[in-house]
Amino acid sequence: MPTITLNDETVDLPAEATVADAVTHTTGRELHDDGRPTDGRRLGVAVALDGAVVPRSTWATTAVEDGQTLEVVTAVQGG
Amino acid sequence: MTDMTPPPVQIGDYTLEKRLIMGTGGITDLDALETALIASGTTLTTVAMRRYSPETKTSVFAMLERLGIDVLPNTAGCYTVRDTVLTAELAREALETDLIKVEVIADEHTLLPDVIETLEATEQLADRGFTPLVYTIDDPATALRLEQAGAAAVMPLGSPIGTGLGILNPHNIELIASRASVPVVLDAGIGAASEAAEAVELGCDAVLVASAVTRAEKPAAMAHAVRLAVEAGYHSAAAGRIPRRTHAVASSAMEGRIGTVDDLPEDRT
Repeated sequence: MPTITLNDETVDLPAEATVADAVTHTTGRELHDDGRPTDGRRLGVAVALDGAVVPRSTWATTAVEDGQTLEVVTAVQGG
Repeated sequence: MTDMTPPPVQIGDYTLEKRLIMGTGGITDLDALETALIASGTTLTTVAMRRYSPETKTSVFAMLERLGIDVLPNTAGCYTVRDTVLTAELAREALETDLIKVEVIADEHTLLPDVIETLEATEQLADRGFTPLVYTIDDPATALRLEQAGAAAVMPLGSPIGTGLGILNPHNIELIASRASVPVVLDAGIGAASEAAEAVELGCDAVLVASAVTRAEKPAAMAHAVRLAVEAGYHSAAAGRIPRRTHAVASSAMEGRIGTVDDLPEDRT
């Protein structure tokens, strides 16, 4: 069971969890294998794993491992 | 009557339909922001990238999508090239746009751009296929360097972010606009509509306004005013202003006057 740092918080994910699982954990949105949300709306979210962007198309096949740092970001008001 | 709508501005591959780009910071009431955005007539609006939080669910991104306004992600809050490039990459992935407003600040007190980091970030982002719109100081030499580094538009400040001090160095802004071969967007410092008009009169192709609208007493009313001002500035610049002179030039004919300067009482000659 990997323990990761997700948006600066310590989170335990199920064994064999992927980036897609972490995104669902954070946003509450279910995803297709290609990373698009099942509700049909745009997700507007991107992920960096240990400082490198993970393309949406590979979220479902990218495993998260113990000790990794994941950032899930989105657009907010500002600038 | 001829269509008097100002033509669009081409920024790289992106066509900016309206010359007023809006910011979204400085207002907590999303409904008020929405009303202001509609009143501004904007087609491009900037957003910041931050960690997803549960409150994000009523998101500004969803609102812009609903209003049919294109999104211009920015790198607000970045101090280094590394953070700027990562933020841009995340924005492109999240929002599916190559547009990026490059904003690398030197410190949180002045929020002035760090031009050294900005130049390097611009070069890297252009190499990675972004369309960088680059926030910078009101310095003509720097503006040209940014253009050479791959900026698709340069965005000089009128005055520091959020100050509402207007355009502190109109001469420099005019010089930047006259020498640039990419669009120039005045960014930061505008406090009232007249200053937005001034920016366009000085030769800027567009204006970005955030605080002037979002922190105004009546945001939608100010948004409407700035929209009209940008359009007025465009027509004013296109119309060709008269040269500035030291002395008056009469606009009425001198011939046929009933009095002459000889009629002046002695104490006024």
